[in-house]
Amino acid sequence: MPKKRDAAKVTFTSATEMPTMPMSLGSMLWNKTGTWRNIRPEIKLEDCIQCGICWKFCPDMSIEIEDEWPVVDYDFCKGCGICAEECPTKCIAMVEERR
Amino acid sequence: MKKVIMGNHALSYGAMLARAQVIAAYPITPQTQVVELLSEMCADGTLDAKFIKVESEHSAMAACIGASAAGARTFTATSSQGLALMHEMLHWAAGGRLPIVMGDINRAMAPGWTIWTDQNDSLSQRDTGWMQYYCASNQEVVDTVLQAYKVSEALSIPSMVVLDAFALSHTYEVVDIPEAAKVDAYLPPFKPRYRVSPSDPRAFGGLTSPEHYMELRYNLQLDMEKAPALIEKTGREYEKIFGRYLGQVDPYLCDDAEIVLVTSGTAGYTAHVAVDEMREAGYKVGNLRMKVFRPFPFEEVRKYTARAKKIAVVDRNISYGHHGIFSQELKSAIYGHGDCKPVFGFIAGLGGRDITPSSFREVVDTTISLDHPAGEIGWIGVKK
Repeated sequence: MPKKRDAAKVTFTSATEMPTMPMSLGSMLWNKTGTWRNIRPEIKLEDCIQCGICWKFCPDMSIEIEDEWPVVDYDFCKGCGICAEECPTKCIAMVEERR
Repeated sequence: MKKVIMGNHALSYGAMLARAQVIAAYPITPQTQVVELLSEMCADGTLDAKFIKVESEHSAMAACIGASAAGARTFTATSSQGLALMHEMLHWAAGGRLPIVMGDINRAMAPGWTIWTDQNDSLSQRDTGWMQYYCASNQEVVDTVLQAYKVSEALSIPSMVVLDAFALSHTYEVVDIPEAAKVDAYLPPFKPRYRVSPSDPRAFGGLTSPEHYMELRYNLQLDMEKAPALIEKTGREYEKIFGRYLGQVDPYLCDDAEIVLVTSGTAGYTAHVAVDEMREAGYKVGNLRMKVFRPFPFEEVRKYTARAKKIAVVDRNISYGHHGIFSQELKSAIYGHGDCKPVFGFIAGLGGRDITPSSFREVVDTTISLDHPAGEIGWIGVKK
């Protein structure tokens, strides 16, 4: 699957180069929504059964599967907690951010 | 094949002949029969389409947006409060450049609660980026749905096909139903420029910075500006196959008219009758029925009002604090082009009050009696 950070920075010099519909304009690359986060998901991999439910449910493509294990992309994760809610083994904890 | 059908069913037949693939709708009087017949066609196999029942008009348009983005030809229909509830989604459809075609049965806005006709529901959606066609006969409804798909899909802009509540929606007329094979030749299957597809993942409608937004809107306007020529071209193609021309306006005896009436919807045909009567009585009047409202047919309006001494616009709508909406738009179209001729604006028929030939006689008599309109609204049939 393509990753969010694979999105290319898109620039146009003329309106004629743009897609007709507002589509894939590259805003996902620079708009680092991870700064909005108040609580962060932390995955305890010992209890993870590699079901992929967190990856599937993440509404913002911020969980990636690397070498068959889930990894949170904290540049983009907003801390919504859906992954922790859906995880069948409850191995994802939402921990308060301290910045 | 000729059939006697109501205006609502003329919309259903249009969507069926266009082979709409996804129909999502919520019932509202006076529109319900449109999708009622379509749901029967889906159930008995006459139409191979997915019929999606939803819990509101907002969801109906949302479902059409999703289906259209996935590459399906989509249709819905609504009225009045239902159209108002769709408002946010109308921007999503047009901004997303999705060629959805929708029927709107002109029903006046509540309160007071009403089901009868006027144009304030559709005209309130003027600036959403949808094309708007106003029909005056059931035949025109069927024909216009087919043309609307052709133009919409070529330009990636959605279209609203509008007809008057009851005066057209529930009125039965003889309609020549176009032959399916000929319709298929006129309107081939929808080929989207882009579509939601797992094999080519893209982000649709995502965050758009000031660096990009304005060009998207500039492009929408440029494509809107291409519509008049395309309506002309597809209207002529339609005429070649089916013998009926579909233009932006319907001029009637405008060439030598001293007073040109400007009308829309079924009142436009009533005006034809009134013009015939007045011509017999020696009045030099003509009628310009506005078929397309968005994009506004600037060239056609200038052409057919060029020789008139006065213009009288009859609006079945009102922009409170200003004037009838067609009259404002008409003034903007002729401003700076040729003589500055007086435009008299009249409001009639709000909330389903009848507009009759004598209404137009009153309009013309008032227009003759005054040198200048003095910016006032001429109210027809109001018990002042």
